[in-house]
Amino acid sequence: MPGFLFYIFAAITLFFGVAVVVLRNPVASAMALVMSFTGVAALFISLDAYFIGTLQILVYAGAVMVLFLFILMLLDIKAEAGKHTSFGTALAGIFLAVVFALQVVTVLAKFSDGDKTLESTPLQLNVAAAKSDLPTITNDLKAGTLPDAKLMGEVLFNQYPFHLQIVALLLLAGTVGVVVLSKRDRSEKEEAP
Amino acid sequence: MITLNHYLFVAGLLFAIGLAGVVARRNILVIYMCLEMMLTAANLTLVAFSRFHLHDGLPDYSAQALVFFTITVAAAEVAVGLAIIVALFRTKQSVDVESVTKLQG
Repeated sequence: MPGFLFYIFAAITLFFGVAVVVLRNPVASAMALVMSFTGVAALFISLDAYFIGTLQILVYAGAVMVLFLFILMLLDIKAEAGKHTSFGTALAGIFLAVVFALQVVTVLAKFSDGDKTLESTPLQLNVAAAKSDLPTITNDLKAGTLPDAKLMGEVLFNQYPFHLQIVALLLLAGTVGVVVLSKRDRSEKEEAP
Repeated sequence: MITLNHYLFVAGLLFAIGLAGVVARRNILVIYMCLEMMLTAANLTLVAFSRFHLHDGLPDYSAQALVFFTITVAAAEVAVGLAIIVALFRTKQSVDVESVTKLQG
């Protein structure tokens, strides 16, 4: 990926990230977050993680943010937008962010592996093709393409099948939990006129 | 030349922005959005490390599997968290964090 694309998408990610925090209207914050997530998805794709990038757009920028917007509009939050954050808390937030950013910079300055570039660590599809067992993956690798989704599936179902089932169970538990939480109390309903 | 440090720095800044938002904002929903932003920043570091740590000439897919699980758990967490926020709004008629003081001694 050309270098300037990285800077463009990094700028989109960070600019709209700041917009999420700064904008007063929560709906505007949610839309800014969608843009920020799209920028992150582009960065994922620049790192040859096509599947994760797609997932980022589908799940985060799509499903999760629609859920957020749905709740924002359901509760009609806009009335709250007039309240102001006190100067002290804003200062505390900025201070924490600056301290954290400085810490990241000092750690990265001494991180010797951090100087690797995408060009100096190219994907070696031929090496991978020789090691791969599955013919569909081997054929793709030999053809010079990275079968990202297939490799993800291979890892998920061969190395982490148990974890995958646990996550499925977690989603089921989440669904049941949401239904229980959103149901009004029966006693409360009977008391209401 | 884009190095690994570039990606890690962007992820660090995104995390810092999310952290500032969690501390400074008072709207629970915006705080929640900032939490999601911090999770995404962590995912970005994982994917960056996976790409730069080649394993048989391919990115380290264990890291991307971890990102997959993180995204799934985050989606479940958002669903449950928003249900809690809706329940909270029903009793308090507000999404301001300062209106929630029930656990205060």
